[in-house]
Formats: sequence, structure tokens, C-alpha cells
Amino acid sequence: MTLTDLKIGEEAIITTINGGHGIHAKLESMGLREGSRVTKKSAVPAGGPVIVQTGNTQIAIGAGMANRIIVKNTD
Amino acid sequence: MKKILLMGNPNVGKSAIFTSLTGINVRTSNYPGTTVSYAAGILTVLRKNSSCASCCKSSCKGCSVGSTEKFEVIDVPGTYRLDPLSEAEKVACQLLPEGDIIINVVDATNLERNLNLTLQLLEMNKPVVVVLNMWDDTVHKGISIDPEKLSKMLGVPVVTTTGITGEGIDKLIEYIMNYPPESVTKREYKNRWAAIGEIINAVQNLEHRRHTFLERLQDISIHPFYGIPIAILVIIAIFRVIIGIGEYLIGLMEQLFERFYTPLIMSLSRVLGGGGVLHQILIGDISGETIDYEAAMGVLTTGVFLEIGIVLPYILIFYIVLGFLEDLGYLPRLAVLFDRFMHRVGLHGFSIIPMMLAMGCNIPGILAVRNIESRRQRFITATLTAITIPCFAQSAIIFSITATYGTGYVVAILGTILSVWLVLGSVLSFFVKGTTDTLIMEVPPYRLPAFKVQLRNLGSRIYGFLTDAFPYVLGGILFVNILTILGVMDFIGKLAAPVITGIFGLPEGAVASFVVGIVRKDAAVALLEPLNISGAQMVVGVTLLIIYFPCMATFVIMLKELGFADTFKSFMIMVIVTLLAGTYIRAFMAVFNDPWIYVIFTVLLSFAVMLVLSRIADRRHRAKYA
Repeated sequence: MTLTDLKIGEEAIITTINGGHGIHAKLESMGLREGSRVTKKSAVPAGGPVIVQTGNTQIAIGAGMANRIIVKNTD
Repeated sequence: MKKILLMGNPNVGKSAIFTSLTGINVRTSNYPGTTVSYAAGILTVLRKNSSCASCCKSSCKGCSVGSTEKFEVIDVPGTYRLDPLSEAEKVACQLLPEGDIIINVVDATNLERNLNLTLQLLEMNKPVVVVLNMWDDTVHKGISIDPEKLSKMLGVPVVTTTGITGEGIDKLIEYIMNYPPESVTKREYKNRWAAIGEIINAVQNLEHRRHTFLERLQDISIHPFYGIPIAILVIIAIFRVIIGIGEYLIGLMEQLFERFYTPLIMSLSRVLGGGGVLHQILIGDISGETIDYEAAMGVLTTGVFLEIGIVLPYILIFYIVLGFLEDLGYLPRLAVLFDRFMHRVGLHGFSIIPMMLAMGCNIPGILAVRNIESRRQRFITATLTAITIPCFAQSAIIFSITATYGTGYVVAILGTILSVWLVLGSVLSFFVKGTTDTLIMEVPPYRLPAFKVQLRNLGSRIYGFLTDAFPYVLGGILFVNILTILGVMDFIGKLAAPVITGIFGLPEGAVASFVVGIVRKDAAVALLEPLNISGAQMVVGVTLLIIYFPCMATFVIMLKELGFADTFKSFMIMVIVTLLAGTYIRAFMAVFNDPWIYVIFTVLLSFAVMLVLSRIADRRHRAKYA
């Protein structure tokens, strides 16, 4: 499941980030890395960004990237 | 003099701490990337020695001799990491080797993420003081942090502050005075995130508490369904309020001018003998009991009234509203909501922020472009901003002068620049090489703007406006008056006639506007007023004055930010767009002389052009990567 598929309000753990070093570094510096817990706060319709919360930080991720972040539900 | 660097993630309050330390006012607001270049200031500390400790007379010179110490404090642009991605982050990393003491400002409500940079800074083997800023916010967010334990684990001093009120700053200064230590222990973190996890578990405690009002507001403003409609309503409401209050203030100003300034000018006019060259230059055409300040065109009549009577009221209310939105944290939300739309012109949502700033003045807008990583996006953002976004001084004069022609003409002008934005943006997106990045941006929490800070920022903006605008507006009108009297303006008018009259259908006199517009746009628009042109001509003239060239000051900043080659390209685009737009508006208005038909058709047409172009671009992009 990707970040795009995750339902709003649900919590998940990031398992894979499909992207180059730059993307990894950028996401990591904002606190998003493989293993991070995120809660999906919102998603702007029609291909807009996904907004996730990790800790006390909210981060907007464009649709192109959100599709490449694989998550799994927390149990 | 020792150098202190204020470093930290974007939007943690470095600039507020800088202002507290140095007394120098720098822009603070609530979105990542407010500081794009560094600011430097001096912190003077007084070392109390035993003999002087009891002395408190300001006249006492004993304490200041040999007992003060100065530090140079540098407010570094925010950075998430020490391997920079954007220009603003590059500035941060280049400054790092010069620092003697690093003050690492940390957002206490976001400790975990902020520690990533902290640990990287600790690895640089420089003396570091960690400042837990926004300390007041931790309380109502249910976060408790043990600063002493954190200090022990990091091996450096930790100070808690609330930058906006200045709380904790004296403690920080105390640490600076007793710093740096003799030696700095060399640190290395093999697994940084594991180390961070360990620290967080040891020092931080989170409590669940109910959502605050601001958090609810936060959720609703990025809501999947309500977010965009709310944003559109907010923008419409803002313009209603600005124009409504602006008009009211201008009415007041007119009365004030009539009561106090008109008698002054009248007696000056009598002293000057009611005519002659000097009268023409200083006072212009006045007749009868009242003065038509917009049309007289004297340096002391129109020149003074333009800035004080029209532009100042509008600028004042505009910056009050913009300042509030900035400090509240609404701009990044606009960036998120309109991200998809901005992709159609080859940009991502962040570019909304420079464009909003540019509506006040183009210069801060172009400077904010530095936060954008891709060169393609920087070029498109800067070019679109310079061409289509009038500064508010210009907008103010546009509203007040074209309003007499009817709302339709004001809407026609705004619709035209929107259309230019849409078409030019999608054309640039189509042809400018490079890729458009995906938006990845922190969305800061809403913060209630502090009244004191708002007032201070407003004050410095208004002061900046007055000191910048006045000499240029008065000088510009003086210059035009002298050239007109000497007959030079007529001569330039004749030279430019093939374009100004031949293509655009404007009277030769309009050339004065285009000459002055190179330096000052508000005065340029005002110079159209005495020409007695038709509504259609007004739309042509005002629109072209917006797009043909930004003011000189903005152009110089573009050169600095984009480099010569890209600025030259941008300039050529300005020339082409001006010719095309002028021809189009004139031709359309010649056939259908109705501003509403014109504006509705034009805006719809440009939306269609944008949709078609971005559809083709998407398909091309997909074919390339499929």
C-alpha cells in the first residue's frame, strides 16, 4: 500500500521509500524515513499533495512522491 | 571579534532570537524560508567586575572601559541538513566554518526532527549551545522536556527560550559570555537516528490532550473538500477588505488634504505668481477653489498625494493583512492546496509564497525564489512574478484611477494579467528545460501572531516603503515635468510613436508613463490619468505598464538571483509578451468594446490554452518515462 492509498486519519509505518539519495535525504531531514510512524492528515483531491503527521510535524508530500512511499498499517 | 552563528531548521525562530540578541529587526514569520540571506549584527555584553557591580549610573564610564565584549551574531537561513539542496541552505553551510560559537536553535515542540541537525552540528567539533525555542508552546502541546538531562546527554549547554517574547535570552547571553570551553570533545554518531531515539526516550514525555482551537482550524484549512473553497473565500475576502478599507482611508486622506494641504499649496501658488515654469513643475495645473490632486501633475501636488493619499493607505492595510497571514502560518497551506494547479505552469505549490510576497513589493518576492531547488522552477517563478504581478503601490493607483471608468475595466485589467500568467506559465513550462520537483514541505502549526512583532514588522515595511518610494516618485514627476517643458518628452513620444500609437493605440503622451515606469510603477500609472484616454486604452496602458518591465530595483535583484543569461531571457520574454498582449487587447476592444465580454472570453481562452498545453506536456512526460 502506498501513502496515497492510506485512508485519512489512519496511522501507518513507512516500509520503503522508492527514490534516490536526494529524496531520501530530504525526507529524512524532516523526520520521514523507513520505519517512521505517520498519520495521514489530509489529501488534496485531484492529484494534490498528501499531508502526513509524524511527531509534531506536518509534512506535505506531492502526489508524485506519495505514490512512491510504501506503508503498512500498524497493528 | 568572535562570530556566533544562529543555526537550525527552517521556521524555528532563529530570526526572533537574532532580533533579541542584537536589537536589529529582521523579518520573522511563520513559514519555512523567511530568511533567504544572512543578517549580521553585534551583541555587546557587559562583563560585571567586582568593583563595578554595585554601580548603576548610566553616566559611569568605569564599567564600559575594558569590560564590554562584542560578538558578531549571524542569522543563518534555516537548514535541515549540512549537505545543502537549495541556495538558501548553501548559504548556511558556507557560513559554518567561520563560526566560533554555534547557537543551534531548536523547535522544542519538534525535538526529535530537530536533533538530526543538532547531532550533525556536534560532529563538526565546534562549541555548540542548544536553544530550546518555542518553550511556551510545549506546555499547551502536552510536551515535557528535561533540559538538564538533554544537556548531559548532548554534552553541551541547553537553554530554554521563547524567542517572540525574549524570555530566556538573558540566560543565553550568560552562556555565550562563558563560552567557548577550553576544549570541545570530539563526537561521532554512528547511527544518528538510533542516538536520537535514545535521547528522545530519556528526555521527552508526551501527554495526550484535547485538540486546541488552532489545531481544529489547522485541520479544516487543509481539509480535502473544504480546504480549497475556504482558500478561495479567504482570498476574495482579503481583497474585499483591503479595497474597502483602502477606499475609506483614501476618502479620509482626501478630506485631510483639502483642509490642511490645499490652503498651503494655494498660497504657494500665489507666491509663485500663479504660473510660470516653476509653478508648472511644483504645482502643475490647478484652477478654481479645489485641487484635482490626481491630475495636477505637480511634484508637490500629485507627487505628494499619490504616495500619502492613495498608496500609503492601501499599503498599510495590505501589509497588516499579509503580515497576519504570514505569522499565522496560512501561506504554506495555500502552497499545499494549489500545488496541483501550479504544476500546470511547471511549478509546485511553494511558488505561491514568492508570488504572494511580490504583491506587496516584487523584491522580497524575487528573493524568496532562492528557496526553490530547481533552476527551471526558479526561472519560471521569477519571470512570471516580474511580468504579471503588480506591486501594491501600483495596484493602489490602478484601483483608484481605473475605478472611475467602471468596475468592468478594473476586472478587465486583473483578468488580463491572470490570463498572461496562465498562458505564459504553461508556455514556459512547455519549453523551459529541466524537471519540476515534487513538493515536499513542512506545514508549520498555526501560531497566533504576537501583536508587538506584527507592529514592528509593519513599521519596518512602511518605513521601507516611504523612504524608498518618496524620492523616486517625487523625482520621477520632477523629471517628467522638466523633460516635458524642454520638449524632450515630445521628441521621445515621436520616436516611440510607431509602437505606442501604431501598435498599442495610445496617445504619444503615454510615453512618459513608460519612461517613469522603469523606475517607479505607481507614478507611471498615475501619469496616464491626465491623458483623457478611453476605457479600452486604459486597459491597454495599465496592463502594459504592469508587464513590460518590473521596476529597476526588481530587475537588479533578478540579475543577482538568476544570473545574466536567465535574466536576459526573461527580459526578451517581457518584450515579446508586451507586444502580443498590447496587440491582442487593442484588437479585441476594437471589435467588442465591452470590458466584460473581453475579460470573460480572454480568461476562458487562456484557461483552455493552459489545459491543452499541460495535457500535451503530461503526455510527453509519460511517454518519456513509461
